[in-house]
Amino acid sequence: MTTTAAIAPYDPAVDAPKPHHAIYDYDSGPPVNRGKFAIWLFLATEIMFFTGLIGAYVVLRIGADSWPDPENRLAVLITAINTFILIVSSATMVKAVERAMLGDNDGLVKWLGATVVIGATFVGVQVYEYAELIKAGNLPNVDIFWSTFYAMTGFHGLHVTVGVIWNLVVMIAAMRRKIPQEKYMTVELAGLYWHFVDLVWVLLFTIVYLM
Amino acid sequence: MNPVSTPSAPVITHHAPHLQPGEGEPGTVRESHDHHELGFLRKYVFSLDHKIIGLQFLFSGLVFLVLGGLMAMAIRYQLAWPWTPMPGLSWMFPATGGAITPEFYTMLFTMHGTIMIFFVIIPLLTGAFGNFLIPLMIGAADMAFPKLNMFGYWAMWPAFVLILMGFFVEGGHAAGGWTSYPPLSTIESAAPGSLSGQTYWLMSLTWVGVSSMMGAVNYVTTIVKMRAPGMTLMRMPLSVWGLFIAAFLQLFALPVLTAASIMQLLDRVIDTGFFTPTNLIVNNLTPDSFAHGMPAAAAGGQPLLWQHLFWFYSHPAVYILVVPAMGFTSDILAVHARKPIFGYKPMVYSMAAIAGLGFIVWGHHMFTSGMNPALGMSFMVATIMIALPSAIKVFNWLGTLWGGRIRLNTPMLFAIGFVSMFIIGGLSGIWMAATPVDIYIHDTYIVVAHFHYVVFAGSMFAIFSAIYHWYPKMFGRVMNETLGKIHFVGTFIFTNCTFYMMHQLGVAGLMRRTADPYAYDVYAHLQPLNEFITLSAFCMFAWQIFFVVNFFHSLFWGYRVGRNPWQANSLEWDAPSPPGHGNFDGPLVVHRGPYEYSSPEVAEDYLPQTRAV
Repeated sequence: MTTTAAIAPYDPAVDAPKPHHAIYDYDSGPPVNRGKFAIWLFLATEIMFFTGLIGAYVVLRIGADSWPDPENRLAVLITAINTFILIVSSATMVKAVERAMLGDNDGLVKWLGATVVIGATFVGVQVYEYAELIKAGNLPNVDIFWSTFYAMTGFHGLHVTVGVIWNLVVMIAAMRRKIPQEKYMTVELAGLYWHFVDLVWVLLFTIVYLM
Repeated sequence: MNPVSTPSAPVITHHAPHLQPGEGEPGTVRESHDHHELGFLRKYVFSLDHKIIGLQFLFSGLVFLVLGGLMAMAIRYQLAWPWTPMPGLSWMFPATGGAITPEFYTMLFTMHGTIMIFFVIIPLLTGAFGNFLIPLMIGAADMAFPKLNMFGYWAMWPAFVLILMGFFVEGGHAAGGWTSYPPLSTIESAAPGSLSGQTYWLMSLTWVGVSSMMGAVNYVTTIVKMRAPGMTLMRMPLSVWGLFIAAFLQLFALPVLTAASIMQLLDRVIDTGFFTPTNLIVNNLTPDSFAHGMPAAAAGGQPLLWQHLFWFYSHPAVYILVVPAMGFTSDILAVHARKPIFGYKPMVYSMAAIAGLGFIVWGHHMFTSGMNPALGMSFMVATIMIALPSAIKVFNWLGTLWGGRIRLNTPMLFAIGFVSMFIIGGLSGIWMAATPVDIYIHDTYIVVAHFHYVVFAGSMFAIFSAIYHWYPKMFGRVMNETLGKIHFVGTFIFTNCTFYMMHQLGVAGLMRRTADPYAYDVYAHLQPLNEFITLSAFCMFAWQIFFVVNFFHSLFWGYRVGRNPWQANSLEWDAPSPPGHGNFDGPLVVHRGPYEYSSPEVAEDYLPQTRAV
């Protein structure tokens, strides 16, 4: 049975848009902030990105005839200290978020400032490490160990740099008193990203430097 | 009837007229100033409106469709009449008088695949219709993050520029196949396109990935957080479900391709060795000589690693290409058959199952790659299992049509075309998944026939169907029915003439990606069949003029229609055609699912989601 219904023509009385109306912005789903929800999704994509890099490392290492002992090639002690530094910055970030929630603007600026300085220190130590390695001729094209090392730590370093800049932007906003108590989410979003970057480093440090 | 209780409409809590939808505190109502007109640049170029961004994706996708289609025509010309001068190409190949070179042919099929997948089908399905439909169908005023949405489209422009620039570099564009298997793609001396065309290819795809990631985050947040009161997940149209599931595929699969592309880029630019095996010799050269600038390239990598990483994304990607298409088809079949979709929940669960299984089947592209056969076995079993949810969908579509009062409008014709040809493409997929069969037919024209049945006859038909169906919502006018029907009949016939015959070529063993297969005597007898396919393909390409004329003619002179020309139920038909800023006239309350057609509760044969009974 097939029928073709005639399409009704345009009727301005019914079909014209109403001249003046409100925009309804509904809030459905779980009681979580939209920005926070989106950041978690974004972090999921980041996890998959690092899974690609780390997975490639694992496959290449298992497939290799021999793999150099990282202790002979890398400055493990300096990086261990650097790892500790980065973990400390996560703690200062927690304090910054707490201050933001309490509406303590001075405390927020102070703790965010500490996070920025410590994060920048981490990047600085990594740049120093790279400089020393390159001076010794350990370039990414030497062998597969260095290829994977530079790709993984390099992309992590890039993420830390982005995190430092993000925290700095939030800190400047806080200094200009643009983050009152009810807008603490701005700080928390930066914090989620920062903790993620920190967590990835703990994984990378373990598998690249210690295993 | 759905027993879920229906909340009442929200009340206005405060006015904040200058905020975009999605900005500020959620759950509030803002006053709109619709008479406030934006300038041309703000309205059409740097637009924050999800509908305009959807149309931007639509138009750029259609432009690339023409480019990819022209490449397909050149490929077909070469296969029918190898090494004969191609009309109109003598300026490009003065040495041969217009006949293409083997290197150019390799570049053609590489870029045809790349453009059709990454610049046409994905942007059209998720970019164009995802943007246009999601907020309208769930009752939202816009996306959750309009600015991110704008960046999502503008991140495509570096990709557009890079992919087009690649054609003009020394050695031509990438020529390692759209799959870019190393070492062909990583070693400069392996292929002319590997000089720097491949580098442009990789950079372009990274930008596509950035754009898709921003889009997917936005779609999922919007669907979860911005549904109108009463719009439960299980009252969403299946189009939204399809786009929702495809967004999850993009979130979890795409970053792996980005990581892999970056590794390949590093292999090419700073001579890392991720995909370069030890003792590799290409054109009598060792890796030491591959390098450019650096003293030597690293080795010790695994070419197979790229295949795993690539297909970990690109197999889920074929479901990104088809799951939204399945959603659109479900909606369009129900509207034009005047019947509720048969088995709504199984439809949702089967789409989710297809997507979930899609993550663990990538190895079926690699049965002949030297992968561990035991691993191949598990990939084979998982792949064959996908037939189950796919069959559920097909039977439910047939169940929807069964006994319906079918209106054979153009969108309906294309939707039925999708179902019919998806069956052909799906069935060949099942036996192709079996390792022993695949080893015989791998890299033959059977594979080409299979994925063109799914992606062209499937997804592209669904896109045509969706364009005809939602065109009145986009532009306030319907496309011409007569031209639409002519477009459908010709496209349907020539599609089958083109792609069905490729099954025969494949059974005869004809390899794909070969510029002149007739150089081998065993394939010489296949040339007449290839000529037939080529003529069919030319006719199919030329036939699209009916679509182009119809599309642009209807834009200005089409029959002007109102809000709900198809007498459909879902929320987008409540909005004006085309919807203005903020989409809807007033508060929305959703009372039921979108498929209450021919309901005994009302006199009409449709019952919009918003109408209280």
